[in-house]
Amino acid sequence: MKKSIRLPLTEELAESLHAGDEVSLTGYLYTSRDAGHKRMCEALAAGESLPFDPSDATIYYVGPSPAAPGQIIGAAGPTTSGRMDAYAPTLMAAGVRGMIGKGGRLPEVTEAIKKYKCIYFGAIGGAGALLSKCIKSCESIAYEDLGAEALRRLYVEDMPLVVIIDTEGNDLYRLGRERYLKEHNKNE
Amino acid sequence: MREVDVSCVTEAVKNLCIEANRYLPEDVREAIQKSIQEEDAPVALGVLKDMVRNYTIAEEEQMPVCQDTGMACIFMEIGQDVHFTGGFLGDAVDEGVRQGYTDGYLRKSVVKDPVRRGNTGDNTPAVLYTEIVPGDRIRITAAPKGFGSENMSAVRMFKPSAGLEGIKDFILETVEKAGANPCPPVILGIGIGGTFDRAALMAKKALLRPVSEHHPDPFYAALETEMLEKINQLGIGPQGYGGKTTALGVNIETMPTHIAGMPCAINISCHVTRHKTVMI
Repeated sequence: MKKSIRLPLTEELAESLHAGDEVSLTGYLYTSRDAGHKRMCEALAAGESLPFDPSDATIYYVGPSPAAPGQIIGAAGPTTSGRMDAYAPTLMAAGVRGMIGKGGRLPEVTEAIKKYKCIYFGAIGGAGALLSKCIKSCESIAYEDLGAEALRRLYVEDMPLVVIIDTEGNDLYRLGRERYLKEHNKNE
Repeated sequence: MREVDVSCVTEAVKNLCIEANRYLPEDVREAIQKSIQEEDAPVALGVLKDMVRNYTIAEEEQMPVCQDTGMACIFMEIGQDVHFTGGFLGDAVDEGVRQGYTDGYLRKSVVKDPVRRGNTGDNTPAVLYTEIVPGDRIRITAAPKGFGSENMSAVRMFKPSAGLEGIKDFILETVEKAGANPCPPVILGIGIGGTFDRAALMAKKALLRPVSEHHPDPFYAALETEMLEKINQLGIGPQGYGGKTTALGVNIETMPTHIAGMPCAINISCHVTRHKTVMI
């Protein structure tokens, strides 16, 4: 059963989610990946503010393909989150509470997720066309020189996601595999 | 001698880049649909069904299946009786990539320097492989390759004493280590033999072969079947959420090698393994 959730991702909302939950997400989120993360962390280190209010914000790790005429955005599936691991704890400390991507995270990221009560969501890697259909508006708000990596504000409706790491640090990549192997071995 | 103007190559490469990114090959579609019949983990099943919806939307809406429209790997088999006119072949291929990625609204994902970075803005240069073959025809294949899966690939130079068991362990270890990162269910291209570089090239070329086809040598065909079964017992599942469907296919290519070695390369590809071919 899918849980419908509406952004911003408050602490209370985050704590109601658990690894393995299928969610349908609606609201405003921000896009950023490698180069954008580097810039945001440099800004914070220099004592500057981010181009958006990070409190309870959700960042989607995506570098979309260009929109064709008549489209809001091109294909827009998640990129591998691990490349943002070096920057994610700094952004969580600044207030970011949700991250959307795919693939495993380092232990220090999971620790920060627990410490700041955050959620790491998984979107289907490679499902760029499907996820594009959930995006109802897209505006570029900073770092336009980075092209596909520019910082964008998106409004998404019913974006299909799965909770990978919850506020207690439970990790679906480990739990899902363990559960499957346990079931499988029992049946043999 | 057959004269071919390189503008034909540009046009072909342009169209191949666009089409390969919009239409998932039939064999991959069939493999995903087959896995839906066999998957028993509920979340995994939902993911596989969304993958079918995804490639269907891409085809209907004429948009890329995946936003990572890849680095353009172009394979050309050129008949030795062909003479190219009207310019340099390499430039013509890059021009085709440039036009395809611009006109097809594909993502430009190439940086001009591996360390200093900086986007080239038009997805060039292509990764071009040319091979001279008999005859006067030209066979061009475009295989856009995403880097979520490329980054999880591996090459190992085995001692011959490692034998078949060494290769089997390496394959399982590589898939296990890749986990959710390469967007499973994956397709594995494996090159065994040759040299360090040739093993890697064979691994990439193995990904061009439909997953429904096997290595012509029954020994390696059996290895493909066995490894697919073993990988699908790892429990990683679609997107790493847990399940049976970790891989859709294992394609092995082989060639003779040196008495002292047994190179093995594994090129991991995702469930959006794309390639499109045309003959000129």
